[in-house]
Amino acid sequence: MYDAVIIGAGVTGAAAARELSRLQAKVCVLEKGEDVCVGTSKANSAIIHAGYDPVPGTLMAKLNIEGNEMMDKLCADLDIPFQRNGALIVCTDPAEEGKLDTLLQRGIENGVKGLRIVKGEELREMEPNLSDDVTAALYAPTSGIICPFELTCGMAENACENGVQFFFDQKVSGIIHDQDGLYHVKAGDKEYVTRAVINAAGVYADEIHNMVSSEKITIRPRRGEYCLYDKELGDHVTHTIFQLPTDKGKGVLVTPTVHGNMLAGPTSDFITDKDDTSTTAEGIAEVLSKECISVKPLSGRKIITSFAGLRAHGDKGDFIIGEAEDAPLFYDLAGIESPGLTSSPAIGKMAAEWAEKALGLKRKEDFREKRKGIPHFAELSFEERQKLIREDPLYGQIVCRCETVTEGEIVNAIRRPLGARSLDGVKRRTRAGMGRCQAGFCSPKVIDIIHRETGLPYEKITKCGGDSVIVLQHTKEQAEDAGEEKA
Amino acid sequence: MNSVDVVIIGGGPAGLAAAVSAKEAGSGKVLVIERNNELGGILVQCIHNGFGLHTFGEELTGPEYADRYIKKATEAGAEFLLNTMVLDISGDRVVTAMNEKDGLFQIKAGAVILAMGCRERPRGALNIPGSRPAGIYTAGTAQRLINIEGLMPGKEVVILGSGDIGLIMARRMTLEGAHVNAVVELMPYSTGLRRNIVQCLDDFNIPLLLSHTVIRTEGKEHLTGVVVAEVGPDRKPVPGTEIHYDCDCLLLSCGLIPENELSRQTGVAISPVTNGPVVDDTFETSIPGVFSCGNVLHVHDLVDYVSEEAGKAGRYAAVYARKHGAEERGSHRIEVCAEGGRGVRYTVPSSIYEDSMDEKVTVRFRVGSVFKWAYISVYADDERILHQKKKILTPGEMCQVQITKEQLQSISGLKKLTVKIEEE
Repeated sequence: MYDAVIIGAGVTGAAAARELSRLQAKVCVLEKGEDVCVGTSKANSAIIHAGYDPVPGTLMAKLNIEGNEMMDKLCADLDIPFQRNGALIVCTDPAEEGKLDTLLQRGIENGVKGLRIVKGEELREMEPNLSDDVTAALYAPTSGIICPFELTCGMAENACENGVQFFFDQKVSGIIHDQDGLYHVKAGDKEYVTRAVINAAGVYADEIHNMVSSEKITIRPRRGEYCLYDKELGDHVTHTIFQLPTDKGKGVLVTPTVHGNMLAGPTSDFITDKDDTSTTAEGIAEVLSKECISVKPLSGRKIITSFAGLRAHGDKGDFIIGEAEDAPLFYDLAGIESPGLTSSPAIGKMAAEWAEKALGLKRKEDFREKRKGIPHFAELSFEERQKLIREDPLYGQIVCRCETVTEGEIVNAIRRPLGARSLDGVKRRTRAGMGRCQAGFCSPKVIDIIHRETGLPYEKITKCGGDSVIVLQHTKEQAEDAGEEKA
Repeated sequence: MNSVDVVIIGGGPAGLAAAVSAKEAGSGKVLVIERNNELGGILVQCIHNGFGLHTFGEELTGPEYADRYIKKATEAGAEFLLNTMVLDISGDRVVTAMNEKDGLFQIKAGAVILAMGCRERPRGALNIPGSRPAGIYTAGTAQRLINIEGLMPGKEVVILGSGDIGLIMARRMTLEGAHVNAVVELMPYSTGLRRNIVQCLDDFNIPLLLSHTVIRTEGKEHLTGVVVAEVGPDRKPVPGTEIHYDCDCLLLSCGLIPENELSRQTGVAISPVTNGPVVDDTFETSIPGVFSCGNVLHVHDLVDYVSEEAGKAGRYAAVYARKHGAEERGSHRIEVCAEGGRGVRYTVPSSIYEDSMDEKVTVRFRVGSVFKWAYISVYADDERILHQKKKILTPGEMCQVQITKEQLQSISGLKKLTVKIEEE
């Protein structure tokens, strides 16, 4: 029997798992995908928001500020990149500048530090590539950029190292609350019995919640489309550039990523299909037409990919966090849309504090809060590289030439706790395939390495789990050769 | 730090031909650095025939063509480092490279030849809307999976783009038992060789849909279908012309991009048209002692031309290394220009040193649209010195003209050659 079952291995579930792993408790995470970070958490703006945006007094405001403040230590502990590059919320209409003051006041009320209005030469000096129309901006120095994959992987791996079990390909199909007050969570052909349930199921959190509660909630997927630009344009702007919302709409952001690309988006469209991360011609056109409102034009020829992510929009106007009214020890972490990524560590902490109290759990004395990440060869110095190759020659073999990812890193990503089993799993952990050739050259090599390291047959190796196999069968000649060997 | 006379980055057809000629021109140590585990570059996976008609007067497969040059280079005494990646080339030609065996190391090169080849334009850069499932590959990735790894990426196929690799793969997939529904081309003409359209599509009854494109991909985990639509003169989809194909594989053959990351890092001037280095008639780039040839310079249609250009680059690099760059290029520099627009898009080389040039220089270029019975003309400043009638000129096939030293010397004070297409 488990003390707690966490449903969902996105950034919220991973954060909850890591915080719960500080306790003397038996905890597991059930994930319907084949890996951590395969839903809402994997495709978003990758921004650590400062916290001037949420309405004061909301959970969003509180957890945004707390999450933002936790980020430096968390990222150092987890050995993942995080950069406080600061944000500029830019105004292109002098008549609207009053709205910047409103945001400034709201930020101050929320407890955001260092906010101020910037204009004229100082603004241009900070960010020379702002569009000529920009007249003023709210500067938020505590805003940052992060890699959502690495944040989620880091927290999940650390939780795993501290004893939390993870089960993948486990789609929850039903939850029964028995007369002894225990929950029976059915997933696949297995049943997990637990004292408490933590619902971190992203866009599906309503379905999970509604399995046990008659106080129904609704989560609507809101799709956002993005364009990612080549690293050649990586210094187009150095701050995260938001557009001040106007009557014409919310605008899109333009930001460097923590890995040195330029990202623009998102659009915002409610959809009905909770798995539909398709991009649309209209969506991409919208991003392209809006991004140049705030910054000087980016060359469309330098787009290396476009993608869409879903936001889990709740119907309460705030995060839906807390124990379900009619289901004791069933705890929702739902409606986690922006600023969800920023808030995640604080949400996880809140869930663990609640579990500690409600379940009467004690703290572990041997909790290991540090996790060692995968070395990123591309970012090392000449001497560090030499040392790494001496220790393990596999670091001397480049597999992904665009992002300079070595075989050593890929093998590390596969062998580590909660290791990668798919092409996307390797990509998310190492960046192999994320560069400008978008995996054209490295995917056959990565398939080979996954085959060698895991023993998975080629026809079973997937892009991202499920039916996403890369190859269907062997060629005729190969199949004949195999047949002859058998004969 | 080890010193090498000529370091060649890339062991494909360009690098190999450059190595052969550098040795033949008397270079001491010639080192070819190859990132893959074997020499031959992309030829290794091109198991179809049609290579070498110009060079050897016979039709070879890709691996056979590569093998001839590997043997030649080996016999000539070139040395090779496989599984080795070059990370950096400094302006004074210190090459930083790495592999499993030697770790990270540096070599001082007398001359460097850039021969890194090109890569395919990926799906992301094409901005095809829709889901991002498994089953979408560039044609070259599929070619590698099938011909090298022996693995089939799909059974029901649609191919976007009629570049040569796409055409070749249409036939290859068919021979492996797959069904190729259509080859879809955005432009009103194919960008592949005429012979490939006949031998790879027509002979197998594979339809070629010109002025069409893929407007949506479908399927969440694995590709289940694509929607194709006709495009108007503005290349935008025409509503109402949508065709749906059930398929598990979409191959992309939508253009090749020279891989000039290293060249840019080194500071070599890059042409915005070819995406390759700007070179003179000796294939020297804007950085003295750094030469460039093959598909990293400009994307070729025939490997024979690659070998020929690379041969010259190798020879000039050997001369440079031997003389430590002491011998200056000629003093009379003539600029070679393309007219631009839909006609001649670029020229290689983009300058000729008249007083040090070979007796003959071949100027290669591509056109921006299809011309029938048009003239290739070369103007020396304002005077037309060449006017050749051509049955057909298409963007898919490389064109060339030859300029002789005699021609150029006969015009005093010549500053500029302009290559253009003239219609009647």
